[in-house]
Amino acid sequence: MHMPDGYINLATSAGAAVVAAGGVAISLRNSGKELAERQVPLAGLTAAYVFAVQMLNFPIAAGTSGHLLGGALAAILLGPTLGALVVTVVVVMQALLFADGGVSALGLNVLNMALVTAVVGWLVFRWLMKVLPARTSSAVVSSMVAAAVSVVASATAFVIEYSLGGQGGVAVRTVLQAMVGVHALIGLGEGLITALTVGTVLAVRPDLVKGAADLPLVTDRTAPSRATTVTFVVGGLVAALVLVFVLAPIASSAPDGLEKVALDMGFSEAATDHPVGGPLADYGVSGVDSERAGTVLAGTIGVAATFAIGLAIATLLRRRRAT
Amino acid sequence: MSGSHAHALHYHGHSPVHHLPAEIKLVGLLVFVLSVVSTRPTAIWAFSGYALILMIALGLSEVPARFFITRMAIDLPFVLFALLIPFVGVEPKIAIGPFAISEPGLLSAWNILVKATLGAGASVMLAATTEVPDLLRGLQRLKVPVVLVAIASFMIRYLDVVAGEFRRTRVAMAARGHNPRTVFDAKPLAVAGGALFIRSYERGERVHQAMLARGYDGTWPSSGNERIAAKTWIVGLTPALFAVIVAIAARLL
Repeated sequence: MHMPDGYINLATSAGAAVVAAGGVAISLRNSGKELAERQVPLAGLTAAYVFAVQMLNFPIAAGTSGHLLGGALAAILLGPTLGALVVTVVVVMQALLFADGGVSALGLNVLNMALVTAVVGWLVFRWLMKVLPARTSSAVVSSMVAAAVSVVASATAFVIEYSLGGQGGVAVRTVLQAMVGVHALIGLGEGLITALTVGTVLAVRPDLVKGAADLPLVTDRTAPSRATTVTFVVGGLVAALVLVFVLAPIASSAPDGLEKVALDMGFSEAATDHPVGGPLADYGVSGVDSERAGTVLAGTIGVAATFAIGLAIATLLRRRRAT
Repeated sequence: MSGSHAHALHYHGHSPVHHLPAEIKLVGLLVFVLSVVSTRPTAIWAFSGYALILMIALGLSEVPARFFITRMAIDLPFVLFALLIPFVGVEPKIAIGPFAISEPGLLSAWNILVKATLGAGASVMLAATTEVPDLLRGLQRLKVPVVLVAIASFMIRYLDVVAGEFRRTRVAMAARGHNPRTVFDAKPLAVAGGALFIRSYERGERVHQAMLARGYDGTWPSSGNERIAAKTWIVGLTPALFAVIVAIAARLL
């Protein structure tokens, strides 16, 4: 996700830099005196932690792997302002010390990877915590969904930036489908790791999870996190379906808006449809009239099919390893 | 700072580029990269100019070309991605062999490739010739908020500690038969990650208490604020100045 120089034109990069600087300034002011006096070493060590965890590649499916962005995780653990600051520092240092991400794209990268993930992750997490019963398991499921949504939001932010100032060559719709599609998968991995991490911290030091500060403290500290594989499979499915129901209809109408922008800017040709029709062509189901219902239905079928295939692959791999 | 002051991309040396104050290098890097990004992709000669500036700076820095090129491998995923663009790009298409190559896609791929490579090269130059404490001081002199610089300095200081702790945990897990293949094997890793967070946070608490014990009152001792001579600025920014000239020329011609 670290964008290099040259992806997005100068004007959009500069605009993003201004927005990112504003966001960082607001975070700095909100974190205020407490940060200056007490939390600087804590924030620094959490930044080192996020940096270290970003080196952790987790397997998504056979052969491919992704790594954690950590924005939602940092926000849930530290709160949105400090979380955003910590990931901002990580992203800036990666650009300056490791040449990871372009210097002219620094504003874009901070915006997408630190601010958007922290703010979206925090908002989704807090909203779910309000809706769900006040229990540790709710915090675990909420952090899974929040992290998954934050990754997709980050990818969406990239697509918006691309539609505003991309160097052209690829239709915005193609970019949108590729980015959001791939990042829905990466988001599930991010959600899984984030949920397990938050669950572990809640089991040992619940006072360190800022996002769950209003939860009644677990008195029995020796009790392990009760989350089982089944819980996480179910949680993952819930996260995927939330993506389908909440994001898919938006995504299906968004390309028109984005493409309008693209056409106004004069660098987009209409994307061509896939030559093979197929029953799910254009993310609708033939025979279903309402576009929204069709999209959601198609998405649900897609999730179910992906889940079934994933399960089959996992079972096969497991069996092969057992023999 | 205990141990070495070096980091992965650093190349120890005593060249004029190494001795240049970090804030000049930071400003120079930014100006250079902005010049590159603002150049239209069809001005091919301009990119040769930028590459020449970068190569002269590399020569002055005494960083071996081999070191420089291997450190630029970070650029590689984007090279692969850029190579994909002509195949998924928009009309009009031209036929090359069995493939229909998108013409705007080709231009876009070249645009990303050349700018990302030059940008990465300039960033590697900064990283290779600047030690971490100098970089942090430079950021502070460029008026980056002191809190951010402080967080960054703690991050760098403990990065190896935290990463080393994580590495040892993974070795211990591997020694006990953990061999992650599918997403279902991610649980032990994530639990180890959670434990790592608690350890990092508690280390932060201990560090803070140690700082309090040594008289920390929330303010940072200001590092020496020696003024940099105007001449040093002018000499240090010469490569960036040439880049600006190339960018303006590319715009006018």
